Amino acid sequence: MSRLSLSRIAAVMVKEFTQLRRDRITYAMILVMPLVQLLLFGYAINTDPRHLPAAVVSYDHSNIANDLVATLQNSSYVDVTHQPNSEAEMDRLMRRGSISLALTIPPDFTHHLLKGERAQILAEVDASDPVAAGGVSAAVAALPAQALKHDLLGPAARQGGKPPFEVVIHRLYNPEGINAYNIVPGLLAIILSMTLVMMTAMAVTREVERGTMESLLATPATPFEVMIGKLLPYIAVGIVQTTVVLTLARLLFAVPMAQTAAGWLALASGIVLFITCNLSLGYLISTLVRSQLQAMQVSVFYIMPSLFLSGFMFPFLGLPGWARAIGEVLPVTHFLRIIRGALLKGQVLADMSPDILALAAFLLVVATVTVARSRTTLD
Amino acid sequence: MTNAIDVRGLNKSFGDKHVVRDVSIQVGEGRITGFLGPNGAGKTTTLRLLCGLLTPDSGEGEVLGLDFRTQTAAIKRQTGYMTQSFSLYQDMTIEENLTFIARVYGLENRQQVVNQALDELGLQDRRGQLAGALSGGWKQRLALAAATLHGPRLLLLDEPTAGVDPQARREFWDEIHALADRGLTVLVSTHYMDEAERCHDIGYILNGRLIARGTAEEIIARSGLVTFNGEGPDVGKISHALEAQPGVLGASAFGTAVHVSGTDKSALEQAIAPWRKAPYEWEQVEPSLEDVFIQLMADQVDDRYAS
Repeated sequence: MSRLSLSRIAAVMVKEFTQLRRDRITYAMILVMPLVQLLLFGYAINTDPRHLPAAVVSYDHSNIANDLVATLQNSSYVDVTHQPNSEAEMDRLMRRGSISLALTIPPDFTHHLLKGERAQILAEVDASDPVAAGGVSAAVAALPAQALKHDLLGPAARQGGKPPFEVVIHRLYNPEGINAYNIVPGLLAIILSMTLVMMTAMAVTREVERGTMESLLATPATPFEVMIGKLLPYIAVGIVQTTVVLTLARLLFAVPMAQTAAGWLALASGIVLFITCNLSLGYLISTLVRSQLQAMQVSVFYIMPSLFLSGFMFPFLGLPGWARAIGEVLPVTHFLRIIRGALLKGQVLADMSPDILALAAFLLVVATVTVARSRTTLD
Repeated sequence: MTNAIDVRGLNKSFGDKHVVRDVSIQVGEGRITGFLGPNGAGKTTTLRLLCGLLTPDSGEGEVLGLDFRTQTAAIKRQTGYMTQSFSLYQDMTIEENLTFIARVYGLENRQQVVNQALDELGLQDRRGQLAGALSGGWKQRLALAAATLHGPRLLLLDEPTAGVDPQARREFWDEIHALADRGLTVLVSTHYMDEAERCHDIGYILNGRLIARGTAEEIIARSGLVTFNGEGPDVGKISHALEAQPGVLGASAFGTAVHVSGTDKSALEQAIAPWRKAPYEWEQVEPSLEDVFIQLMADQVDDRYAS
C-alpha cells in the first residue's frame, strides 16, 4: 500500500471544485437554494398560527354583542373577516375552508345575559387541521373571561365569579382532533408530487443523456406524441400509488373516506387532475434542464414550498399573505383542499370548483409552455 | 440517374461558429457516398441537416424528391439514421428495441418485420438479451437493422464503425453494399481510408466546406499529386527531414517505407536526392487517398487549429 499522499488528495479536490464550478445550475442551486429557502420559510412558517379568518353571524344587535365581536377581533388568534347575512352562507364559507371559525350569537343573547340567565354563543371550529383548531378553540374559550368586563354591572356581573356566558364549541369535520385525518390525506399529495414530478423530470433528460433522443427525433414521432406517450404510463403509476395510500389510510389510520358517489367522483376528478398537473410540471422541468442531476435538484427545489406553503405542514390560513399567494400557485395547495374536503367535509364537485379550476388553469399553462418548448430538432 | 440528395448552399452556424458553409451535394440513387474529413469539420452537422434533425440557416434543395426544409416529416419516414453513439435503449431487449422502432414507424405486420430482421441479424436466439449487453460490433449491426427496419430509401450513417474490430467492420460494409444493391442510397461518414475506398464516391469536408467530391480515382487524379515511396532504414527520421524540404506537402513513415508527396515532381526529386542511394530504393507510386487528403488539409488552414 502506498503512503497517503496529500498532493493526490489535493489533485482530486481541485478537480472536484473545477467541475463544480463548470456545472452552473448545480452551483447556483447550492448557493441560491439555501438562501431562498431560509428567507422564504423563515418568514412564512409559524407553528402557532394567528389571525385565522372567522365569520360572525349575530342576531343580537346590542352593544354588548358588538363588544363581544370586538374582543374576539383583538385576540390576535382570529380576524373577523366575514359577517355573512345567514347561517347558511356561513356554513358554505366553512365547508369551503374560507374560515376557521364560525360564531353565532343568538337573538336573545343580551336578554339572557342581563337577566343573569344561561347565555350561550355557538362557536364552530374547523378541526380538520387540529393544529389550527387548537389556537382558535383556546381563543374562543377564553372569551367569557375577557369579554364584557366594562359592559356588565349589576346582577349580570356578579354571578359568584362564574363567567357571564358560555361558549358552546363544535369541532367540525374531525371532532376528536385526530392528526392522522389531516396528515395522511396530505401525505398522498406530497407522495404524488415527489415521485411524479421527479420521474417525469428525468424522462426527457435521460434520453438526451443516453443519446437516444437523437434517434427518437429522427423518427416520425412528433414532440407532442412523445410527450403524451411518456406521460400516460405515469398516470397509471399515480393511480396505483393513490389506491395504495388511500387503502392504507383507511386500514391503518381509519381515515374517513368519501361518503357518497358524488364525493368519490369529486375525489377521483381531483386526483386525476392533480396527477396530470404534476406530470406536466415534471415534463416542463425536463425540457429546461440539461442533466438528470439538475432535474433532481429542480424537483427538490419545487417540493420544499409544496411542503411548507401549501397547508400540508402548517395551517394555510395561518401563513402570511405573501406566502399564501405563493401557495395558491402550487398544485399541492389546491389538491390538499380537494382531498381534505372530499374525505373530511363531504364535499362534492360544486364545493371544490375553485380548486378544480385552479388545477385546470395550472395544467393548461404548464402544458402549453411544455409543448412550445418541446424540440423537434436538436438545434 | 436521379439524385436522392440534391441540396445547394447549405449553411449552419452555432453561435459564432460557422459549422457548415455553402455545402452543395448531390448523391445519386443507389450510390454509397463516403463523407470524410477531420473531427469537427462538419460531417455530423451536415448529416443532421439532411435528415431534419437540425434546421439550416440557409440552403435549398430536395432529399428523396421532397423539399428538405419543409417536408421533413415525409423525409423522416423514408430515411434511416444511425447516430455516432449507440442510441437504442440499452435497458431494453433486442426484440423490444426493434418492436419499438416498428411501432414508431407504424409498420404493418410488425411481428413479421421484427422476426425477419432478427433472422437476418442471426440474433433470433438472443432476442431476449438486453441491447446494452451486446458487444460493439453486434450493437452496430443491431443499430443498422433498426435504422433499416422501416425500409427507408435513404440511409444516413454517422461514423457507424468507430471502435469496431476489422472483421465486424468488413461484415458491416458487406451489408451496406447489399442494401445499396437493392437501391438504397447511403451517405456514410467515416475516418477509415479503407472504408472510403469501399464507397462509390467520396466527399471531403474541411472547415465546413465540401472541398473535394467524386470517385476515389477522380479525386486522386484531380489532385495532380506525385508520390514517391522509399524503402530502407530509419524511415521515421527521413520522413521528418523530408517534411521540412520545399516542395514536400506530406511525408509519412509506413513501417519500413516512407511516403512523400508533392505537386511539383522535380522539387520532390530534389528533396529526396540526398537519400536516393543504397540501401534506399525509391519508386514513383500512385498516390493514395490518404496522401491526397493530407495535401488537401495542407492547402487550407484548418480553422480548428488557427488562432
